[in-house]
Amino acid sequence: MIVVELLKLVRSRRTWVTIAVIDALPVLVAILLASTDIGPRPGTGPAFLSAVLRDGTLYPLAAMAMILPLFLPTAVAVTAGDAIAGEAQQGTLRYVLARPVRRTRLLMAKLVAVMAFALLTLLVVAATSYVLGVTLLGGVTAGQTTTTFSGTDLSGTQLAGRTALALLYALLSMLGVASVALFLSTIVRSPLAATMGTMALLIGSSLLLTLGAADALRPYLVTRYWLSFVDLFRDPILWHDVVQGVILQAGYVVVFLLAGWANFVTKDVTD
Amino acid sequence: MIRTHGLSKRFGKVVAVDGLDLEVDEGDVYGFLGPNGSGKTTTVRMLLGLVLATSGTVELLGRQMPKHAGRVLPEVGALVEGPAAYAGMSGRANLALMDAMGAGGTRRDRAGRIDDALDRVGLGGIDRRPVRAYSLGMRQRLGLAAALIRRPRLLVLDEPTNGLDPQGIREIRDLLTELNRDGTTVFLSSHLLAEVEQLCDRVGVLDRGRLVVQDQLDALRGPTGRLRIRTPDVARARGLLDGRIEGIDVQELLVRHDDPATLNRLLVEGGVRVELLAPEHRTLEDVVLEATGAGDDRVPR
Repeated sequence: MIVVELLKLVRSRRTWVTIAVIDALPVLVAILLASTDIGPRPGTGPAFLSAVLRDGTLYPLAAMAMILPLFLPTAVAVTAGDAIAGEAQQGTLRYVLARPVRRTRLLMAKLVAVMAFALLTLLVVAATSYVLGVTLLGGVTAGQTTTTFSGTDLSGTQLAGRTALALLYALLSMLGVASVALFLSTIVRSPLAATMGTMALLIGSSLLLTLGAADALRPYLVTRYWLSFVDLFRDPILWHDVVQGVILQAGYVVVFLLAGWANFVTKDVTD
Repeated sequence: MIRTHGLSKRFGKVVAVDGLDLEVDEGDVYGFLGPNGSGKTTTVRMLLGLVLATSGTVELLGRQMPKHAGRVLPEVGALVEGPAAYAGMSGRANLALMDAMGAGGTRRDRAGRIDDALDRVGLGGIDRRPVRAYSLGMRQRLGLAAALIRRPRLLVLDEPTNGLDPQGIREIRDLLTELNRDGTTVFLSSHLLAEVEQLCDRVGVLDRGRLVVQDQLDALRGPTGRLRIRTPDVARARGLLDGRIEGIDVQELLVRHDDPATLNRLLVEGGVRVELLAPEHRTLEDVVLEATGAGDDRVPR
């Protein structure tokens, strides 16, 4: 079943169009930066962006920081929201279940496909932005090393390792989004409703983060630690927020996946 | 093949299916009739494990459902409330995808089985157009092909001729007859009496969630105890049969009588020219109308 869902994913035109749209933002920013040479002042704007003018190899991280707050979660919410509700609306859900595919397996296959989509998007964005960063913004010259936020040097392997960690962290954040959207997808009949419900949670969370009165809620808001992957590029690595983020996302994943599973396996499929 | 015991389904306060005891035997073509909203589709969905019963049990191919769905359903082909397919893919790609999703049938002969199924439903020459571009009739045929692809022992079909023209309906009827001859049991849910009458040998009638009739079609269509006479001499026949006539038309009479031979002799000796003399049979329509109330699509003031 997982293979079938992955095939559907890579064969679908929507997958590639969505990835292209998401990828367009970092591409545009790279071109603008290269042609104007005007970067944000250090400490302002998206993370890493002030640093990439000096060092193009950091651009994949800047690109990730650009798409992580809105573009990628939206795409994940659309894909995961469509997972069950879309099949139901299309009428194919009853035939898939009567095939028979066990409901738990179907749910897991859908989740794997959504995460494969998120990973694919992140990899495409990382690859294109690395190429762009090195060619348009200039790589580090031989003998020179990448600099962390703390001002110390970072070797090539260290950079690669920390980038991989950051990628995993971003994936976990998206797993949280996917779990919420998948849960809603088992409840509502319209995929749009599942997607919009998830977006409402994300936007509400980002809004509350800026509100002083919501301080007590802050540690539990789903988007609270999303950009903490930046801390992986300090020296020494600032683990606190990253660990908090992992715990929080794991909580969201467990709660919403279990709720979605419990709802789906006991549901009357009447669409 | 299908046994249900006290099968019931309640949606909130509404009782959709109430204490159903279905009996479908191997080799049957079973017609499942009932007005709109009488619970036919809910029953079909419960048979397939899509809707979970409130109480009662379902046994398919001798095994409990939905507990043994994984063993049972690969041998069951189904068409539930109209066909459905991934609109962006071709019919063939849809069948291959569905086939790859679960057990039953090997990957090696998949292409061959798909071709067979498409041939059977008259879509053998289908091209690579996406299902989005199919007509209603083509979608219906594709849905049937999907049900047939693993040569199931049991076919559960809900309104299989929906959207087909008379020619297509005839084709599907012939196909189902042929499959049944080869040993496939067919459970046909429909509200088209003519379709059931032509195809089925056993009938169950559902009314407001209850099974009100379940019998062999021949038994249901038994004689009414009246004889139908066609004659040009209606007036003369009336004189002879006074008191027994229950219906009269320009050239026809309905007479209550239990022996056609005696009646024929009486008429002929009385100088009545008899063109036709036959016992009257109940139609399936009579049976169904007698047993059921109005469907729930009727909302009187």
